[in-house]
Amino acid sequence: MNDTILLDPTAENAPAERARLPRPDNLEGKVVGLLDISKPRGNVFLDRIEEQLAAIGVSVKRYSKPTFTRPAPTELKQQIAGEVDVLVEGLAD
Amino acid sequence: MTSLPADGLVVVAKADCPTCRLIEPLLTDLAAAGPLQVLVQDDPAFAASLPGTHFDQSLEHSWRLTTEFVPTLIRFENGRETARTYGWDKAEWRAISGLTDLGEELPVMRPGCGSKTLEPGIAEKLELAFGDVKLQSREIDVSAEDDAIEACYARGWSDGLPVVPPTAVRVLRMLKGTQRDPQEVIGIMPPDLVPCTVEKVAINAVMAGCKPEYMPVLLAALEAALDDDFGLHGLICTTMFGSPMIMVNGPIAKAIGMNSGNNALGQGNRANATIGRALQLIIRNVGGGRPGEIDRATLGNPGKYTFCFAEAEDSDWLPLAQERGIPAGRSAVTIFPGEGVQGIIDQKSRDPESLARSIAESLRAVDNVKLAMAGDAVLVVAPDHARIFIEAGWSKQRLRERLEELLLAPGERLVIGAGGIAEGIPEKFKDKQVPKFRPGGLLIVRAGGTAGLFSAIIAGWAASGPVGSSPVTREVTL
Repeated sequence: MNDTILLDPTAENAPAERARLPRPDNLEGKVVGLLDISKPRGNVFLDRIEEQLAAIGVSVKRYSKPTFTRPAPTELKQQIAGEVDVLVEGLAD
Repeated sequence: MTSLPADGLVVVAKADCPTCRLIEPLLTDLAAAGPLQVLVQDDPAFAASLPGTHFDQSLEHSWRLTTEFVPTLIRFENGRETARTYGWDKAEWRAISGLTDLGEELPVMRPGCGSKTLEPGIAEKLELAFGDVKLQSREIDVSAEDDAIEACYARGWSDGLPVVPPTAVRVLRMLKGTQRDPQEVIGIMPPDLVPCTVEKVAINAVMAGCKPEYMPVLLAALEAALDDDFGLHGLICTTMFGSPMIMVNGPIAKAIGMNSGNNALGQGNRANATIGRALQLIIRNVGGGRPGEIDRATLGNPGKYTFCFAEAEDSDWLPLAQERGIPAGRSAVTIFPGEGVQGIIDQKSRDPESLARSIAESLRAVDNVKLAMAGDAVLVVAPDHARIFIEAGWSKQRLRERLEELLLAPGERLVIGAGGIAEGIPEKFKDKQVPKFRPGGLLIVRAGGTAGLFSAIIAGWAASGPVGSSPVTREVTL
């Protein structure tokens, strides 16, 4: 049985590809999270982003993953989701 | 795809089958006598020396020939099948081949083996590949995700509990539960007002965990729910509590193993659980009725996962479906905009009058003790309570009439402001005797285990009748 092809149970009004969440039009009044995945020099990139956001009056919260080798711990993901509207992640060194 | 001889013999065989091995040497004799096509299901080495041997790897030929056993010997004349035998039967093989001394040294008879086309999981794949049923639903490739059940969650197809991933094979099996064409439109599904085909019903039935034999009940329930009298559109969108609840009567309930006894309104029975759930998933996925979006329920109720049960029919009480016009011996569903379950505990009444009074007082709580003719209600009478009425000669109809009498209330107690409560019925009813339920608004069914002096109330949507929802009964057709 091919378990990777499923038949769409919906009225097919939405695209087959899942849409990304809508992007905010602007950052006014939004809280931006900056997630350091703990790769070298991620902090340099995120520090610069924080400076630029601060300069236009956007509030920023900083987070970091214990290690880049694993997905973020559930607790951290839940904390971020509860505290910020937008997240910027520094992916590579 | 190789072509079969218009005139000649076809043998379908499987190297794995000892009887096929037994007749393998005879194929040379058959080939010498005329056109012969040998279709081998599992091993290209079988009878490989014969020019007419074809490795039927896809099993398409075997499937098209509706092969059930191997070996199968078929004679074609003018492109049409004129004779067939299966297994090794010396007399039959000689008659069909015309070779009177065929297999002289072999035993008279040896049974064959099952055709590979009928192995579990293969038959449906072949039907999907080569058959007439063409499923129309969009294929969603979830191979990039590591778990199909999680993929269903991610796409928003679930009510919060895991769903069975709707593969084409599972959907095809589900469609075997109904004679209806997969592309037949059952109705226009609110709130998005989109056509709902039998195929979409089957997909959601797979996800809910239904067996194919539940399909006739589910289709009847959906048809009932889509009847204009039921008012499904408004029921989905309301801030109030109600949602479609399915009550099943007639022989189908027992046939598919529905529960009408112990814990009839509770968990644990596959048919009850999955038929009700499938209807909810159809509302969610086909209709687009999702909570927080078009479904504006303030609190909802647990029955919005699933709410379906069968009546414990008793020869002394007319079953609900028959009260509503379905002939005896037929199966039917009745759909009702049910809220949750409110238990009535009366362990002291032993005569029908006391028990009727007890039940009537409890029924006043529907919607609000100060409201009247708003929501309908289903009264579920468990066997111990039903016995008190039945032994005293009270029919369901008599119980309903007595409850209606007992539920008449002086309007002055119910009007707005009465009793220091702002909620209430309009002032114009002040000097009238007011019934609790609109005519036909109180339904009675018998269900539950045989121990417990209990009944239960399932209140309906407070918008009943033409302004909202009326119960709808629909016969189940197979």
